[in-house]
Amino acid sequence: MSETPVVDLQGVARAFGRVVAISELTVNVPRGSVAVLLGPNGAGKTTAIRLITGALRPQKGTVRVFGADPLSSGESIRQRCGVVAAKPALYDRLTGRDNLKYAAELYGVPGGDAPIDEAADRFGISGALDLRVGGYSTGMKSRLALARAILHDPELLLLDEPTAGLDPEASRAVLALIDWMASTGKTVVMCTHLLVEAEGIADQVVIVDRGASIVSGSPKELANRYWPPTLVIDAEDRTKLFERLDRMEGIVSFERNGHALLELDDLKRVPDMVIALTKAGIRLTRVEPVTPSLEELYFAIQKEGTK
Amino acid sequence: MNWRRALVIAKTDLKQLRVSRDFWIPMMIMAGLFFIIIPTILLFTITRLQNVQIIQKISDTLNVLPHSVRSSVRGFTPAGRASYAMAVYLFAPLAVVVPLTISSAVAANAIVGEREKGTGEFLAHSPADEREIYLGKLIASILPGYLTTLVGFGIYALVVNIIVGHAVGGWFFPTGDWWLLMFWVVPPFIALALSFVVRVSSRVKSAAAAQQASGLITLPLILLAAGDSSGALFGQHAAGWFLGLAAWIGAIIGLMRGRTAVNRERLLGVDPNA
Repeated sequence: MSETPVVDLQGVARAFGRVVAISELTVNVPRGSVAVLLGPNGAGKTTAIRLITGALRPQKGTVRVFGADPLSSGESIRQRCGVVAAKPALYDRLTGRDNLKYAAELYGVPGGDAPIDEAADRFGISGALDLRVGGYSTGMKSRLALARAILHDPELLLLDEPTAGLDPEASRAVLALIDWMASTGKTVVMCTHLLVEAEGIADQVVIVDRGASIVSGSPKELANRYWPPTLVIDAEDRTKLFERLDRMEGIVSFERNGHALLELDDLKRVPDMVIALTKAGIRLTRVEPVTPSLEELYFAIQKEGTK
Repeated sequence: MNWRRALVIAKTDLKQLRVSRDFWIPMMIMAGLFFIIIPTILLFTITRLQNVQIIQKISDTLNVLPHSVRSSVRGFTPAGRASYAMAVYLFAPLAVVVPLTISSAVAANAIVGEREKGTGEFLAHSPADEREIYLGKLIASILPGYLTTLVGFGIYALVVNIIVGHAVGGWFFPTGDWWLLMFWVVPPFIALALSFVVRVSSRVKSAAAAQQASGLITLPLILLAAGDSSGALFGQHAAGWFLGLAAWIGAIIGLMRGRTAVNRERLLGVDPNA
């Protein structure tokens, strides 16, 4: 029997008056994985996070978190969740320490100041902990929000655009921290509209558009499904290479772009192609399957969807 | 219901008020004006400067009061009687205006303030129950107004005893009626007002709108409370007790109904009926 997923949304819908935020969202996040909800602004990602913690009620469908309904078991579910909202949601008039202390007390974290200092240290804000948050930079606020989210050692982390408004360096630091949190075995659900953010961290990508999950799967599965087998090949004598490739079987399309960019019917043909080209006296300098970036994949899926 | 969490919410809200000079300086000025400066000036004018015109006017006012009130006014001289009447009867509404104004200002921001600052999102995702959030917000709204009033009341007692005491035969304040006012009449009116204001705060779209609406709600309550307190002080003890009791009942009902107004969707700025 398979393990109960940490987050399980089935056909969830939620509208605000006439505005449909989520129309048909299905997400299933196994324990210890990183799921990225990817979609443009207004796709319903923030609403999804709010539904997961039970802060919002779904109008249709079912929401289960740790196997329980957030509407009836909200307190225990929220106790096990750490949330970083799109805006850091910090108390500007209080110090960083006060903000962390507030969270520690609400979540019943034992140990006085020790876990606060530890979390602040982890996110590199120890030096500013006793300053008012109103004077923090955007990056520091994001770090403080992250420190607050992990203070009670949650099993599920929900991150809504965690790098919004950050400069590239700060974004990278935040993503590295998320990576670290995932490596400690926590389940992470991250919402973003920035494809580059999901790259390298996501075990599962759920592409959301207009409140509905269009497609989901691991980046590799999605690549297999939506990205044609593509190969870059180059040789010392390109003219000879191109002449020979023109006559080879299994090539769906062929683009000359300095090197040759081939779309194949099956990547399994590659070893035979290499042997054939070598036998024909062509000295190959590059043979490389093309792995799509998440961005390329996203647009490939979008393109597929519009067909 | 986890009381510890409700108190944590209240404590954090109070801490925010404490570090907000723009909140507590005007609050202190108002309390100082009502409890110290205005009474001091008026009572000093009557007792020390012997302003005949003012004394005459107050004496005329005393004549229209019920006999029971007139007979309880102490003082060796017209000035002493006038200042006694002022200290005991005419400043009673202040004890209502100050806490209601301060507490309403805090309560008006309770929910909509969280929403405007974006911190409602944090509370909405926290394990705190909606009742705990409501209770925490209520405590944080009641305490500044009521504590300011109690402290102001203490200082006021000191001021009137020092200025008026010698003219009425010694320290006389607080009278029994004022104890009734401070501990029986004022608290339920604060609670009643706040039950409305917190409800308003959870429904409106901005803090400014909450302030406006809470002003509309608290004004009649201030008038009612002022009337009640005057009644209690003017010797109508039974009326004071009964109106106080009615206010307590109203407050309990209001507070219970107000609880449902605070929910996670409203903390996020979402209309739950949408």
